Amino acid sequence: MDRRRFLVAAGAGGFALACPGLALARTAGDSRLVVVILRGALDGLAAVPAVGDPNYRRQRGALAIDAPGTAGGALALDADFALHPALTGLHGRYQQQELLVFHAAATPYRERSHFDGQDWLEAGAAHARDGWLNRSLASLPNAVSGERGIALGSTMPLALRGAAPVTTWAPSRMPDADADTLNRIGLLYAEDPLLAQRFSEALAAAEIAGTMGGVGPAFGARAFEQLARAAGRFLAAPEGPRVAVLESGGWDTHANQGAANGQLANRLQGLDRGLQELASALGSVWADTAVLVVTEFGRTVAVNGTNGTDHGTASCALLLGGAVAGGRVVADWPGLAAGDLYQGRDLRPTMDLRRVFKGVLHDHLGVAPARLEDRVFPGSRAAAPLGNLLSS
Amino acid sequence: MAARTDNAIAVNRFGLGARPGEIMAPGHDPRGWLLAQVDRPQPLPAAVQALPPSAQVLAEFQAVRQQMRQARRDAKDVDPVQQVRNTLAPAYRAQVMARYAAAAKTDAPFHERCVHFWTNHFAVSADKPPVTALAGGLENEAIRPHVTGNFADMLLAVEQHPAMLMYLDNQASIGPNSTAAKRAARFRRTQRKLDINENLGREILELHTLGVGGGYTQQDVISLAKTLTGWSVGGGQGPLREGVPGEFQFRAKIHEPGAQTVLDKRYPQQGLKQGQAVLRELAVQPATARFLATKLVRHFVADEPPAAAVDRVAAAYLHSGGELQASYAALIDSPEAWAEPLAKLKTPHDYLVSAVRALDVQPRGDRQVVGSLMLMGQPAYRPGSPAGWPDTAADWDGADGLMKRIEWAGAVGRRVGGSVDPVQRGDAVLGPVFSDDSRMWISRAESRTQGLTLLLASPEFLRR
Repeated sequence: MDRRRFLVAAGAGGFALACPGLALARTAGDSRLVVVILRGALDGLAAVPAVGDPNYRRQRGALAIDAPGTAGGALALDADFALHPALTGLHGRYQQQELLVFHAAATPYRERSHFDGQDWLEAGAAHARDGWLNRSLASLPNAVSGERGIALGSTMPLALRGAAPVTTWAPSRMPDADADTLNRIGLLYAEDPLLAQRFSEALAAAEIAGTMGGVGPAFGARAFEQLARAAGRFLAAPEGPRVAVLESGGWDTHANQGAANGQLANRLQGLDRGLQELASALGSVWADTAVLVVTEFGRTVAVNGTNGTDHGTASCALLLGGAVAGGRVVADWPGLAAGDLYQGRDLRPTMDLRRVFKGVLHDHLGVAPARLEDRVFPGSRAAAPLGNLLSS
Repeated sequence: MAARTDNAIAVNRFGLGARPGEIMAPGHDPRGWLLAQVDRPQPLPAAVQALPPSAQVLAEFQAVRQQMRQARRDAKDVDPVQQVRNTLAPAYRAQVMARYAAAAKTDAPFHERCVHFWTNHFAVSADKPPVTALAGGLENEAIRPHVTGNFADMLLAVEQHPAMLMYLDNQASIGPNSTAAKRAARFRRTQRKLDINENLGREILELHTLGVGGGYTQQDVISLAKTLTGWSVGGGQGPLREGVPGEFQFRAKIHEPGAQTVLDKRYPQQGLKQGQAVLRELAVQPATARFLATKLVRHFVADEPPAAAVDRVAAAYLHSGGELQASYAALIDSPEAWAEPLAKLKTPHDYLVSAVRALDVQPRGDRQVVGSLMLMGQPAYRPGSPAGWPDTAADWDGADGLMKRIEWAGAVGRRVGGSVDPVQRGDAVLGPVFSDDSRMWISRAESRTQGLTLLLASPEFLRR
């Protein structure tokens, strides 16, 4: 593995910052940005297995995915990395150079609470009350009147909350409780004989009737596809919003995570399909679009006692779209040997996610560097924007 | 200061479920906090004040019916079902919204729960037109003014309210020896024999006062029904239409003349006073005291009412001559009421109200409230029978009902989710009864939204 591969992109970013005008190749007004938040902490090593790392197979154990080229194996990206076999659509994007993969990336948050980790991811700072995406809208050079940002869902995620006008949209009939939430409710009732009994009866009945979407494994995924399609239609409208936030849950895979198949594979397949739906709904506007897929933190490298993984630190992030200079994996790979792991358990973070955010905001939306430092990500000077993320 | 378990019981079981911080409101005196809410009449909630009176609603309905008759005579094409629905449905929705808006915000939640308790005791069902548009009126006009007063006054107000009279068909109950019946027989105005309708009389004995097994006979039912002949509603059409439209109207012409005997007591009074005298006597019967005490204890203490608490409440009721305040005080003073937190499974109504209060949101849009209650199986003001909604866990703990609540919790979580910390909110509304186990699972939720759903679906939140 070549630890230096990463510096190519970083160096170019530094140059772009020094000469901001050069990087502004496209008209910021036409650019679309979609941020997909995967809540629950995506296992980055499952989505993007480091198949070239000599310690990968041993460290992942039952969760390891077979090498590219074998039946059910991972989908090759380069000599070191591959995509989970469920991510066929994304693999196609990669081959068309429309997908950039970041690995061993994390926000500066180093605890392991979902709530706080998601706050950090969305606020771009500790204890902020509004989101970095909203702050970027507020500082767009040619802020147009009307709502520039939309969240697909019934509530406004923190990422889009703030002074700039934004809106939300959700289908009138939101899906029922998802499979992951139902699993957790089962745990919640473990010590309550009456509720536990009734709950298992209800699940059994739903399974027989096949009526309730909440029980099927593909259920949460369907909801995401629906929202992704809607996001595409909103952004494709000439006078519509330019920035959208999509949320997806069910990534907190503490138990029975699965490898090439199983729970997480189903989730990933749903994500993959949703992103394909988004692209087709965007139509020709896809060429002006960048989609950022991020999660609050990663998961433990080793499998836990319930065939899952626990809260970790670094994960992967994806950037795809017609506007993206894709076909590369950007990573300063920390390695998977026992001594390489963060606190002896997690993938060590070597890239500040804010560098990706800042690079996209600058090159794609045209947010001025000074604004990025002062307003959007205060105190982030050390995290220089990554350059060369967008095709010119 | 940490809230004590007694505070959680006061706010969540006797009250309507804590709003954030309310669990501290009872301070060191949860019993005093409850008593203070029922020691005098409470002002009518603002949302309820804004509603038109039942008489006006009913008069409008009568006018629409009149127009429909005219239209039919003129051979115009009108859909009667649609017409009725168009008149009644908006009034029903407004009343439901007012009820739940008041419940969401009240600072006297024990008082409000007592209102809901008596409305269910004196149940009418909105699925029978025109009761659809009157059920809220029964609660606001007949129950509320007497909820801290004497049971006999509430009983009289309820049995004279158009909602109850029309729900149990008493306006069609005619004394066989009344002036009107005799004249009809003489002139052969009708094929049908004019006679009493026992419905209201029976339900008063069986459901409102003595209770099943309260020692009354079929003859008592008939006699009581005869004393109530002529208890009717003003307006309408036909020969019996005198009186203010929509208001209670005593029609002497159809009242059965003569003395009646109920529970071995003879009532020689004439006219309206006769039925009123019977009702006042029924209100202070030991069987009534026991029946009401049992229902109160079942609602506020446990599904299996502890005998000692029932005895205490019944005694207080009897000794005070049916004073409700004294009865509530005996209930609150019962140690059994404070022995077991979370003794009751919430009904869907309890559940919705407590969730709205816990989230500190004003219910928006009648569809949300009306639809949610329907989905969870307890449509507002629509118990479907004069017996009202049942009041034990076994009636509400069905698997499907549980899943409906979970789905609803999921939808509400998504609607309010991200901005509420579910663990903090659990502490704020459940206080000491929030279990370490639930706390842990909720803190491990993958998002705040999911955490809030788990809080609303938690065993502690499903109970009171």
